[in-house]
Amino acid sequence: MLRPMSDPATATVDAKVARPSLPELFFSFVGVSLSGFGGALPWARRMIVDRRRWMTADEFNEAFSLAQFLPGANVVNFSVVFGQRFGGAPGAAVALAGLLGPPVVIVTVIGALYAYFGDIDALGRILSGISSAAAGLIIAMVAKMGAPLFRRGLGFAPFVAMVGFVAVGLLRWPLPLVLIGLAPISVALAWVRR
Amino acid sequence: MTDDSPFGPLLTLASYFAVLSLFAIGGANAAVPEMHRIAVEAMHWMNDRQFADMYALAQVSPGPNVIIVTLIGYHVAGIAGAAVATVAMIAPPCIFAFFVSRTWDRFKEKPWRAAVQAGMVPVSLGLVAASAFVVARAADHNAIAAVLTVATGVTAYFTRINPLWLFAVAGAVGLAGYL
Repeated sequence: MLRPMSDPATATVDAKVARPSLPELFFSFVGVSLSGFGGALPWARRMIVDRRRWMTADEFNEAFSLAQFLPGANVVNFSVVFGQRFGGAPGAAVALAGLLGPPVVIVTVIGALYAYFGDIDALGRILSGISSAAAGLIIAMVAKMGAPLFRRGLGFAPFVAMVGFVAVGLLRWPLPLVLIGLAPISVALAWVRR
Repeated sequence: MTDDSPFGPLLTLASYFAVLSLFAIGGANAAVPEMHRIAVEAMHWMNDRQFADMYALAQVSPGPNVIIVTLIGYHVAGIAGAAVATVAMIAPPCIFAFFVSRTWDRFKEKPWRAAVQAGMVPVSLGLVAASAFVVARAADHNAIAAVLTVATGVTAYFTRINPLWLFAVAGAVGLAGYL
């Protein structure tokens, strides 16, 4: 499997390039998943760009933007894209297993504990505080995602975002229907304004 | 649950999450309103508070937040439910991502590639905003809770504080009985 570099020249010059082995891929993503409280992206960047130097910052951004606009969890997609580039199908499988294996086991245990103790009053009060804060985190994320769009003055973007918000959030229309209607319109508008 | 056959709930989980997974553009958060619609409003697997609890648990657990589906699956059908919901939510986008990532670089110079990417950004923005609204409405039942949500949002936007601290403060406010 070749390492696809955007510029072939850098591949030969570049001394930084260390190709991760499959065990390295697996344990790196285990590390990302276990440190990834409240979003694994910064940890993935730290591991891949800063510590292991498997990608440059630009390569990371490009791979991540692909992972972001594909359906599914961003960091999960990223593990597949990254693993695929460095190790084909086995690489993708190993990176994904490292990212998801430990959290799924932990969360299943948490789910079992919640089934037993979910009715305890104190736990319920703590969780209701945390879920209020979690809602605030999503609002912050919306603001961070939205700020560059509005700054750039992309005319159609706020309109599309509002329609999506109203249809899914307020009217509670099924997501697939909204997307099938809205996504082509938004891509067409982006195409026209290109 | 009204399902009689032992596979009833598992099949329901598998089909709902497999379809949903391919429409989760913008990550797990974009799919939260639909998860809520299915789990609370359509299937009555749980109430609003339980959904908010599970969202909170997924947030404070290590790993990607999409594992809220593991919790929902466990709630519906135990260990098997957790496994089925997780695989159904993870596998289809991963297979898709695998094949796209093998070909995507080839279209680097194509203008439609840029249009697709630029067009999907505001769509996912709208979906994540909807998710903020749905989670806030499920979680906030009084004015103090709403203030907590806004204060957390402002803090997270303007600082780079680790979210675990925000969760700790909010959990303490909740424990003290203000919510």
